[in-house]
Amino acid sequence: MASPRADAPSKIILSASDLQRVVDRIAHQILEKTSGATGTVLLGIPTRGVPLAHRLAARIHAFEGIDVPVGSLDITLYRDDLRLQATRALGKTELPGGGIDGRRVVLVDDVLYSGRTVRAALDALKDEGRPSSVQLAVLVDRGHRELPIRADYVGKNIPTSLAESVRVSLTETDGLDEVKLTGGDK
Amino acid sequence: MIKHLRSAADLDAATATLILDTAGEMAALAGREVKKLPTLRGRTVVNLFYEDSTRTRISFEAAAKRLSADVINFSAKGSSVSKGESLKDTALTLQAMGADAVVIRHPASGAPHRLAQWVDGSVVNAGDGTHEHPTQALLDAYTMRSRLGRLDGLKVAIVGDVLHSRVARSNVLLLTTLGAEITVVGPPTLIPLDLAAALSPATKVSYDLDSVLPDMDVVMMLRVQTERMQDSYFPSAREYSRRYGLDIARMRKLPEHAIVMHPGPMNRGMEITPEVADSSRSTIVEQVANGVSARMAVLYLLLGGKA
Repeated sequence: MASPRADAPSKIILSASDLQRVVDRIAHQILEKTSGATGTVLLGIPTRGVPLAHRLAARIHAFEGIDVPVGSLDITLYRDDLRLQATRALGKTELPGGGIDGRRVVLVDDVLYSGRTVRAALDALKDEGRPSSVQLAVLVDRGHRELPIRADYVGKNIPTSLAESVRVSLTETDGLDEVKLTGGDK
Repeated sequence: MIKHLRSAADLDAATATLILDTAGEMAALAGREVKKLPTLRGRTVVNLFYEDSTRTRISFEAAAKRLSADVINFSAKGSSVSKGESLKDTALTLQAMGADAVVIRHPASGAPHRLAQWVDGSVVNAGDGTHEHPTQALLDAYTMRSRLGRLDGLKVAIVGDVLHSRVARSNVLLLTTLGAEITVVGPPTLIPLDLAAALSPATKVSYDLDSVLPDMDVVMMLRVQTERMQDSYFPSAREYSRRYGLDIARMRKLPEHAIVMHPGPMNRGMEITPEVADSSRSTIVEQVANGVSARMAVLYLLLGGKA
């Protein structure tokens, strides 16, 4: 991804309150599509997928009083582009107690782009256990898929050009809630 | 990230901490059913061992295999070719075979540095002469950090044959970088003053184990290298054991939380008694397990990214 200059034009796609509404909606959709989140585990993909997974779990708890197990799944060691970049530091992999065998896993990430992160996550998941099914929740789908992968829950579809970049900020990792589109038009 | 790991001095605090953090993630993965990771698929790691070794060689082999690298074990034992020449010839062979990393153990201090000039791949020092053994220091630091929660300000005694110990040398360098306070303890014949000072000016020296113990968080016992016994560094094994061996009575002088380490292989009854080695304070078995995680971290960080 081309990283735009700092002075490149940028546009706020989701404000803090938009973002909260979007998370609420995904939480409702998960409840709907998983018959009340039974046998379901939320696994966030570091970095920003992890706080998102925790937020979804908190909202599901607020709506239905159900505690959905949350964990994190680092995919760095499964990436297919490791040799194209300098060595990356690893994120945390923490599966909730009881593991993922026979459960429905909902992978949570901030942006769905090429689909390669999700492919790596599916590979990583295979080595951790055998879920009964796997779904994908993303805050933003920006298109430009390079693999046959789609999300089950999408916060917002944002049509982008390849020159643009989507920047998700979350309070937990960046100090504020916001989704920004930068670059593109001169 | 650095290209080679020849000395613990190659590592600054940030890089060393990155290796320890990565080792922590690798250790977490070791608990699951499928231990293999696809990360280094298609990479070749050569274990080039000019000296006997069980745990280090097996540990490197397990680490490379868990990351899916192809492993070639080259044991040069019994080779009568003169060392310099044979090392260079071997290096050129490995170069021709396309080794991405060469893990070398060699009786000559500095062999990994020479090797790094002849091969394009990464060189990892798995022990060279009486010089260094940096991955041992990394696994020791990892063990201390996971048992005691920190390294900064930790008081560590390294006891025994410091003069000939590559484990001691690498540990002094690495632990000092990470903020620990080191005291080397042993008979004066095995601790030249200038050596401790040359490694790190902050290193303290003591010839009296009993007076040092009450302050320590970690006691690391070094193996008495029996091949040095006839060189008269100390009068007898029995005397060494009486003055510098760790037995139950001495272990009781340590603070409650302190741990006892040994890089192995142990001479039970010599530098450490069996009761101490098998006590709950001893991390000796843990160190072996942590060795695989630490070496996985090193191989990943050296080979995982763009060359």
